[in-house]
Amino acid sequence: MTQLSKIMDSDQVRRAVTRIAHEIIERNKGVEDVCLVGIRTRGVFLAQRLKVAIEGIEQTEIPCGILDINLYRDDLTLISHQPQVKETLIDFDITDKIVVLVDDVLFTGRTIRAALDALVDLGRPSCIQLAVLLDRGHRELPIRADFVGKNIPTSRTQDVRVKLLEIDGVNDEVFLEEGH
Amino acid sequence: MAEWTQKHLLDLDDVTREEIELVIETARSFKEVSSREVKKVPALRGKTVALLFFEPSTRTRVSFELAAKRLSADTLSIAANVSSMTKGETVLDMALNIEAMNVDAMVVRHQASGVPQILAQGTNTVIVNAGDGCRAHPTQALLDVFTMVDKLGSLDGKKVTIVGDILHSRVARSNISALTTMGAHVTVCGPGTLMPAGIAQMGVDVTTNIERALDGADVVMGLRMQKERQQELFLPSITEYVREFCITSERLKKARPNALVMHPGPMNRGVEIAADVADGVQSVILEQVTNGIAVRMAVLYLLLGRKAD
Repeated sequence: MTQLSKIMDSDQVRRAVTRIAHEIIERNKGVEDVCLVGIRTRGVFLAQRLKVAIEGIEQTEIPCGILDINLYRDDLTLISHQPQVKETLIDFDITDKIVVLVDDVLFTGRTIRAALDALVDLGRPSCIQLAVLLDRGHRELPIRADFVGKNIPTSRTQDVRVKLLEIDGVNDEVFLEEGH
Repeated sequence: MAEWTQKHLLDLDDVTREEIELVIETARSFKEVSSREVKKVPALRGKTVALLFFEPSTRTRVSFELAAKRLSADTLSIAANVSSMTKGETVLDMALNIEAMNVDAMVVRHQASGVPQILAQGTNTVIVNAGDGCRAHPTQALLDVFTMVDKLGSLDGKKVTIVGDILHSRVARSNISALTTMGAHVTVCGPGTLMPAGIAQMGVDVTTNIERALDGADVVMGLRMQKERQQELFLPSITEYVREFCITSERLKKARPNALVMHPGPMNRGVEIAADVADGVQSVILEQVTNGIAVRMAVLYLLLGRKAD
């Protein structure tokens, strides 16, 4: 049996999203030119929640897109289980915009490296910022998040499991799972 | 969603519905890539794709070449008339030589049926069939299915009518395979002399009456009169074929009001399809070409974008 310990419940996730929304507004002195891009899979739903939160506070609409990074992975030819490529849906020009990338867990930083390459192929943002629900450490690349919901110390062998209502069908929760 | 498990793409006979759906889903994301200003992703960076075309082709070769390039693979293109084949080398020897240069995949078109199979057995390289003789043209059928699904949604119970020279058509064979796998009802129509024996065993309706074939069709696909493959006289005359089988706007009225008009190209306007039909609002012929790149990108990605076995 793998051991699970709960590290965030739905209230904590909600508060973290609200706080990050405020921080994004504060950092950018409003949300003019700010757009959100969620990384598939769970970053998409966190980005949509941030959009709702920010629009609620600022009373202005901000664009929100979806990024699939699989074509930009650096381990495609190393893994035998091929990831399924899904559509990137960014129907606005990101050139000269402040792009806030959104993902659920920041770990090695390789996903973000791929996302940065993917974004640069789509345009030249004036600035790219990173928002994550959790930072679990163990970076393999010089990447850091601008907005973090919660920092959690983990060992490399542990897994962080994020469940979100929109995709997992259960109330939001984050678990730390012992390695197998 | 299924995972792609085949090493090669030789035909669609053993490809499952889940695998076709995976190709369609993957192609959707590649269609977006081709619509960008920077039409390139690094997925196949460092891979080399050789295009071996032993039979004239423009559309398919260019489509494969662009597909490989938009995935960042390097490509090399060899045409039969300038190759060492003219000096007497066998196809397999030529392929082994190219393999010795560490090529990752070979896209092969040959006028003889079965050549891609021979290369798949005789080499260790990934082989993609780009059309062999009268046998199979899997990527054409996949792009046709992609185009239909894109326009019509599910193909379950849809009527797809293929008109023309069925006997010599690898496009027809691969389409019948893919379409029946996807749940469509396929009707083939053409002169009895251009209808292969036993075609009904592939699970299709066969008719020589074009009005009956088009009646209620959701998709009408014309096939090219392949004069180069017709060594004997299969038809009294082209004029007679046109009179009996040409897809005209008058005949098209038999099909459903928004039925798609398709053609794998190259077209003989006024022979298998009337010009006004080919250029009409129901025609998706050029969209097929656009989708071809996305589907070939999907196929190359699925075959090469993972750890080699």
